[in-house]
Amino acid sequence: MSLLHIDLPGLSLKNPVMPASGCFGFGKEFSQLFDLSVLGAIMVKATTPEPRFGNPTPRVAETPGGMLNAIGLQNPGLEKVMAEELPRLENYDVPIIANVAGSTEEDYVHVAQEISKAPNVHALELNISCPNVKTGGIAFGTDPEMARRLTRKVKEVSQVPVYVKLSPNVTNIVSIAKAVQEGGADGLTMINTLLGMRLDLQTAKPILANVTGGLSGAAVKPVALRMIYEVSQQVDLPIIGMGGIQSAQDVIEFFYAGASAVAVGTQNFIDPFVCPAIIEELPELVAELGYSHISECTGRSWKRNEKLAYHRA
Amino acid sequence: MRKEMCTVVQNKEIAHSVYELTLSGQMAGEMDEPGQFVHIRVSDNLDPLLRRPISIAAINKDKQEYTIIFRKQGRGTSLLAEKRPGEKVDVLGPLGNGFPTGEARSGDTALLVGGGIGVPPLYELAKQLVDRGIKVISVLGFQTASAVFYEEEFSRMGETYIATADGTYGRKGFVTSILDEADIQADILYSCGPTPMLRALEAGMFAPKSFLSLEERMSCGIGACFACVCPTKNGHEGDYRKVCSDGPVFRAGEVAI
Repeated sequence: MSLLHIDLPGLSLKNPVMPASGCFGFGKEFSQLFDLSVLGAIMVKATTPEPRFGNPTPRVAETPGGMLNAIGLQNPGLEKVMAEELPRLENYDVPIIANVAGSTEEDYVHVAQEISKAPNVHALELNISCPNVKTGGIAFGTDPEMARRLTRKVKEVSQVPVYVKLSPNVTNIVSIAKAVQEGGADGLTMINTLLGMRLDLQTAKPILANVTGGLSGAAVKPVALRMIYEVSQQVDLPIIGMGGIQSAQDVIEFFYAGASAVAVGTQNFIDPFVCPAIIEELPELVAELGYSHISECTGRSWKRNEKLAYHRA
Repeated sequence: MRKEMCTVVQNKEIAHSVYELTLSGQMAGEMDEPGQFVHIRVSDNLDPLLRRPISIAAINKDKQEYTIIFRKQGRGTSLLAEKRPGEKVDVLGPLGNGFPTGEARSGDTALLVGGGIGVPPLYELAKQLVDRGIKVISVLGFQTASAVFYEEEFSRMGETYIATADGTYGRKGFVTSILDEADIQADILYSCGPTPMLRALEAGMFAPKSFLSLEERMSCGIGACFACVCPTKNGHEGDYRKVCSDGPVFRAGEVAI
């Protein structure tokens, strides 16, 4: 078996590298550039019950080492995602992680119930951390009780394992992580973007039409690493780590912090070939560092050589 | 569309803070429509992080070269202005859908209206239209005399009018000042420039058919990030187009500008 193969709840990953939700659409654009089957998985764009247009423009602003976005969960809605987007991805040998969003608890439950029936959806990613929508989103991810309750409701209806995407915009991320574990989550994905803003020098007003947006890119990497480091020691769930990953070296750093797989977000916008490039570089780097399997890197910052039960079949 | 390390052939300042950068690369062979753009990573560093979308001003397929013209404004374009011949630049392109030259027939008159840094893509358009036997009239607007570029190049293609906002060169005022005065009969209008100008052109109905090139903040440039969407005007709520991959050129009236 390849030294990159990872087994996680619902997911048999040929490698632990996948594009992060919101940074890869539904794969269509990237499929013109490379064979999507090389990816470990694909986290597709958030899906809500009804189509959403999202926020007015400008929706992005740049900062040193990062970018702010306030797209606002634009998506074609559950029906179209089920009928068009997911079937198109069946042409590739790659498991799909469907990102589930909504304004109300009922929205999440409805989308989770339906989208988890799609044959190529192997896991859900519960988006309780989008900072750019007025209702839902981050509201569910900053209150432990709401997070636990929503996770439980979604677990009741989902046909596939449920990963919960955590927001970094909290005082104590461990308490949220513990809450969703109690709610029955099968795994965690972290982190979503950090709430931020930028102002225009001439007009004195915010650059983003939504006023605030989510910060992503290399600038957030230290925050993501710290949070994964904390959560992975306190919670017994596999973590798919994300936040500013640009290289194979970054991937290993996330594993060291406690991640069992990773997602690449913003860097897809700068280098659309970044995922295949990292996947190609990883085996050599893992071997060079003296490991026989990448899973040996997980949590190495805080423990010695122990292997996590869920890594190997 | 490809990602390629293109080589700088030439980079020179052709007007105040306006640079003409010629690059060589195989992607020149894929540049079919005037009005498409390239997405340039100006630095390997993290600042600026994102690529810069810049429209293609001229294509030379025989030499596998293409030219972009940009205004040195922020950090990204300042770094690009410093590129010297022989340097490699990471380019993604060609991207987007350009001006539909096929909408003009041989013998037609095409009116090309450009504002400031929106002028460059009209140059390749003018070349291709003239090659196809279409008469080209160009109306170009700039801020001030020192910002004017390519007047001679456009003049070689046909009648060319220049306006400057401060009146230091050509007609004082905007491109619309010229259009309102000169009695220009055109079968088709192609334009690129600031949004208020495009709005005025759309409202003015200066030709039976109009095509406008839009600008919007982008991140990916390939249609994946949903940063550059604009709503359509077809009455279907929530319907949209992406400026990067559906545009940047749209038929006037297709999207809300």
